[in-house]
Amino acid sequence: MNAAVTATRGATALDIAAIRRDFPILHQSVNGKPLVYLDNAASSQRPKSVIEAVSRYYEHDHANVHRGVHTLSQRATDAYEGARETIRRFINARDTKEIVFTRGTTEAVNLVAQSFARPGFQPGDEILISALEHHANIVPWQLLREQVGAVLKVIPISEQGEVDFVEFEKLIGPRTRLLALAHVSNALGTIVPVEKFIKVAKQHGVPVLLDGAQAIPHTPVDVQALGCDFYCFSSHKMLGPTGMGVLYGRKELLEAMPPWQGGGDMILSVSFEKTTFNQLPWKFEAGTPHIAGAIGLAAAIDYLETIGMERIAAYEHELLEYATDRLSRVPGLRIVGTAANKAAVVSFTLEGIHPHDIGTILDTEGVAIRTGHHCAMPVMEFFNIPATARASMSFYNTREEIDRLAAALEHTRKVLG
Amino acid sequence: MDLKDLYRDVIVDHNRHPRNFGKLEPADVHADGHNPLCGDRLTMYANLEGEHIKDVKFEGSGCAISVASASLLTEAVKGKSKSEVKELFDDVHALLTQHDAAVDPARLGKLAALSGVREFPARVKCASLCWHTLNAALDRAAEPVSTE
Repeated sequence: MNAAVTATRGATALDIAAIRRDFPILHQSVNGKPLVYLDNAASSQRPKSVIEAVSRYYEHDHANVHRGVHTLSQRATDAYEGARETIRRFINARDTKEIVFTRGTTEAVNLVAQSFARPGFQPGDEILISALEHHANIVPWQLLREQVGAVLKVIPISEQGEVDFVEFEKLIGPRTRLLALAHVSNALGTIVPVEKFIKVAKQHGVPVLLDGAQAIPHTPVDVQALGCDFYCFSSHKMLGPTGMGVLYGRKELLEAMPPWQGGGDMILSVSFEKTTFNQLPWKFEAGTPHIAGAIGLAAAIDYLETIGMERIAAYEHELLEYATDRLSRVPGLRIVGTAANKAAVVSFTLEGIHPHDIGTILDTEGVAIRTGHHCAMPVMEFFNIPATARASMSFYNTREEIDRLAAALEHTRKVLG
Repeated sequence: MDLKDLYRDVIVDHNRHPRNFGKLEPADVHADGHNPLCGDRLTMYANLEGEHIKDVKFEGSGCAISVASASLLTEAVKGKSKSEVKELFDDVHALLTQHDAAVDPARLGKLAALSGVREFPARVKCASLCWHTLNAALDRAAEPVSTE
């Protein structure tokens, strides 16, 4: 698909044609048209190197980890723990003890809610979130509210979809026990300037959890530079396997937290009278883990690092600017979420046409986007709309694909006009 | 999978100009229907004369399929008995979900325009929302209601 190859200028130049060759799934037709995959915020696609790393593991190295003295178990353990080191380096954590494997961002947030917050929070203690959170950073705190009588406070957002910093400074106070914020909004694309929120939280002695699911595939993340206490993210949005995620936690906090699930691998010794829990991070990893998931995630990180997160961020920003301009020229199209700093996400509505119809018609044109509430129903309520259509881009997308999207939207208007 | 099968002229027309749209006041029965995933939200109202639907209206918002389906429903069920409505729903449901549905198009009238939906499985719930909602309204009416 030579026509889809875009040459970009300067230091950000990526060989998109070569990159696209690495992603087998992109080279297919859907409904008779070449696939345009613009649903990356829901889940990214996988390069061959990730698929092959997972295959190779199952073909050559699989056995259970941390158990056997035999060769395969040792290989599996080395690969699994090697993945932990790759991830530690990628987010610049101090210690692999701070990297806990989970099923995804959702499980990581729930782990913090149940193991960090639940044991110590008192009735009336406050958890601060923002109005643009994904349900995964709302519902675990509502469960906690029921369990310990905590209070959930919500920082409002502006019409542009930016978290209101002034209101945040008014809301944080002596009862605030945790600030839990999205790093990047999945529904709108807003990049939240988390650094300044963290700075204020620190002045109040309030720990900070960041939901990094939408940030980590698109921008360099340094947990020490951010100064957050917890950082949660998912493998499948960053080219890795599904069912795999990471909780980064500061060691001092993780050490003090009780295990949240019991079972094998999270113990040192068990008798009916007394069980001694394992060290970090295995204390939080009960049962046989997603070994192939960790290995695949490490391969995904290797791939991302080969391209470079800075270059990915720069190229995706160009795509965002192009898409914002191109889509704004589609008659009747309104972009929802116009923050000054955005990831490559364009959420929009088309006058008189429901997003669901847009999604169906685009699919017949081979264009995959997400339509609906994006697991952020409070965001939809704020904008007083039932749903949006959302195009979310990755570094393997091209300007030509955005042109295809725009043409398909114009076609949509004709079909339902 | 041809788009024109889904968005037939009848569907596009009923989406743009829904019939019997608005609140029925007073209404003997009404029920709300909501597909939270897509954001379709409808309220169906009906007035009854014995077992028969004397009048029916709907309001709400949703995709073209859900709005057109509700609009077509109101035209189709007016004057019918509750048991006839149930039979009609069974026919519509078969039309929406089964390729080999033995449904007589003559009996369905304009509702036959919904047959294209079965090629788009994700959209079946849009087309059937209004029928489930009307059923809920009629079922509730079957329960004895007291205001004392």
